[in-house]
Amino acid sequence: MPAERTTLVDQLKGGLDAPICLTWELTYACNLSCIHCLSSSGRRDPRELTTAEARGVVDQLAALQVFYVNIGGGEPMVRRDFYDIVEHAIASNVGVKFSTNGYFIDAPAARRLAAMDYLDIQLSLDGVDAATNDPVRGEGTYAQARRAMDHLAEAGFGPFKISVVVTRHNAGQLDGFKALADHYGAQLRITRLRPSGRGADTWHELHPTAEQQRDVYRWLLAHGESVLTGDSFFHLNALGEPLPGLNLCGAGRVVCLIDPVGDVYACPFVIHDDFKAGNVRDPGGFEHVWRRSELFRSLREPQSAGACASCGSYDACQGGCMASKFFVGLPLDGPDPECVKGYGETALAALSVQATSVPRPAMDHSKPTPISLTRKPVGAGQRA
Amino acid sequence: MTVTLDGAYAVDAQVAIRPEPFGALCYHYGNRRLTFLRSPDLLDVVRRLDEAPTVADALRDAGVAEHRWPTFVTALDSLAASEMLHAR
Repeated sequence: MPAERTTLVDQLKGGLDAPICLTWELTYACNLSCIHCLSSSGRRDPRELTTAEARGVVDQLAALQVFYVNIGGGEPMVRRDFYDIVEHAIASNVGVKFSTNGYFIDAPAARRLAAMDYLDIQLSLDGVDAATNDPVRGEGTYAQARRAMDHLAEAGFGPFKISVVVTRHNAGQLDGFKALADHYGAQLRITRLRPSGRGADTWHELHPTAEQQRDVYRWLLAHGESVLTGDSFFHLNALGEPLPGLNLCGAGRVVCLIDPVGDVYACPFVIHDDFKAGNVRDPGGFEHVWRRSELFRSLREPQSAGACASCGSYDACQGGCMASKFFVGLPLDGPDPECVKGYGETALAALSVQATSVPRPAMDHSKPTPISLTRKPVGAGQRA
Repeated sequence: MTVTLDGAYAVDAQVAIRPEPFGALCYHYGNRRLTFLRSPDLLDVVRRLDEAPTVADALRDAGVAEHRWPTFVTALDSLAASEMLHAR
């Protein structure tokens, strides 16, 4: 390329005038209670943006030439103004890709969605069968997601996306997911599990083993750009040949999150005050937050490799994912908890013998856990 | 399609270009592809393509020294391969 003095990744680390990839969670309300939900969603927050405010956010993004937004939640389709917001975005040249559990995609909804341009749909599925999927996403969710896929296919939506969070239980099913996507003419997207939201409590049991990570890496290398990843597996690049995509943490540099109450965070996986840059309701709006917030400016400064500086793989993995380190209590300038060299495990083991407090996700909109009225006998090995 | 110096090209109607400090981002709303224009000079050339009779004219008008033209042609060629540009 002409006049190239620094690498593209170096240029992106310095930040952009507007994000490339912006996630906008429309609501904390959700009909499901997935055990790894990155935003601890369940109940609507009374402070959520109104329809007029949401349309205003679209106008701000359009003025910044944000090409598309990733809409999520919660379950975005539970908002009564969901179509209003989506249609306003598309009419403003802000393309929409939205994530959904599929419960609200019946035949008429599928036909309505299929008629819209510049709209992509990501259906969440975390197992190739109900036995794998439902323990994570809830009873009946596998069947419901498949029904939504059937409706989209029937309506001629075209290549929707099947979005999988890779866990210990489904890491061996990647061929099965690919076959399912191929069956629908859909595109498979797999992303990395983070200890964010309710995932903070389930990550230790759900995250893939070191051996599974190596299998995922080899599988991704073999499938190239035909499988989407949101570039979320760049920590695996320390295993050898780099995976397709940008090899960097994009938080506050090329990505960010607008949450349902308008707070702007560095990425969708760090809903915590330490990573909150401002609010779209502040004077100057989103543009001011993106360009001027102290937090985002500091994330765009060169970052210290810290404890990873002496590891020969730092250039390959960039120290991994900031959110993953943060919510397991590891320092941000050290190894990722899933470091493929094993340094993360060592650091985690060291943490567990210290009395360190691990940061908690800032917001919890989980539905109250149903309390059983009849007291169950406490059996051997169970805690009271 | 292979971009040549004497060919005439236009930016696809479904493409949006957003200037950035390093050059620009190009997004194709149809195929959803995102491409980086990795220098302000290249952005200048791309913006002149619609009007210029040939690629060589666009390069000359943008003040690009002739010894750099081959790298620009290569960059334009990759834009054409991702359907950002088409022959006119």
